[in-house]
Amino acid sequence: MDGIIQLVVFLVLLAIGVFAGRANERRHYRELAAAEDDLRDIVASSERGTGEGDTFSRGALVVGSVVIAEDYFKRVAAGLKSLVGGNLRSYETLLERGRREAIVRMKQQARRLGATHVVNVRLETASLSEDWSGRRPMFSAEFIAYGTALVRIS
Amino acid sequence: MELTTLETVPGKTITRHLGLVQGSTVRSKHAGKDILAGLKNIVGGELKSYTDLLNESRSEAVDRMIAQARAAGANAIVNIRFSTSNIAAGAAEVMAYGTAVVVS
Repeated sequence: MDGIIQLVVFLVLLAIGVFAGRANERRHYRELAAAEDDLRDIVASSERGTGEGDTFSRGALVVGSVVIAEDYFKRVAAGLKSLVGGNLRSYETLLERGRREAIVRMKQQARRLGATHVVNVRLETASLSEDWSGRRPMFSAEFIAYGTALVRIS
Repeated sequence: MELTTLETVPGKTITRHLGLVQGSTVRSKHAGKDILAGLKNIVGGELKSYTDLLNESRSEAVDRMIAQARAAGANAIVNIRFSTSNIAAGAAEVMAYGTAVVVS
């Protein structure tokens, strides 16, 4: 009986993960594409300068961050996939979304300052789900993107 | 206080280096927020409460770094870097560090 209850709970969580998780992911990708299009006029680069000469009056630190978590389906899918090895596609999309979201938020902050460029951008990822007790909780990670926003002399 | 990830401050020149300054915070998750985050984990996606939590920690780390730089007589911090580490279940350290300088 216990086994059946556990199986039902597992299937329900899996179904929620498949439907809600996928819908979330699709929506997030759409929002990201729209936001990235909107912010295309702000150039972010990991270079130290813009390569356009030094005509900037002021620089300011800008940071974008997001904490993103896996859904139940991704967890199961990754668990199965790691038996045979290879790319864990379900995590790849999760990490990609997190990083793109952090960059979008950094650029939004740069726009509020009236900047046209963000230079010396650094990306960081920190897992928030590692646990000293050794059990593996649901995976979540923080992504941050930060750099120096440059405001052009008007 | 000018803050930048570059080695220089745009539009200014560095006249003195005052060395490394850093600020950090260790903050634990709120139990109530943790339960909500646990539920959110089933459907995945952004954990808004944690994003906010870490952002608050980061501003505090930056403020502490600025206080240190100010005490050293600096008016800018260059080459700023951030790092986040998970030091225990439910607690994260956020650190900011950079080089305090005098610019003119």
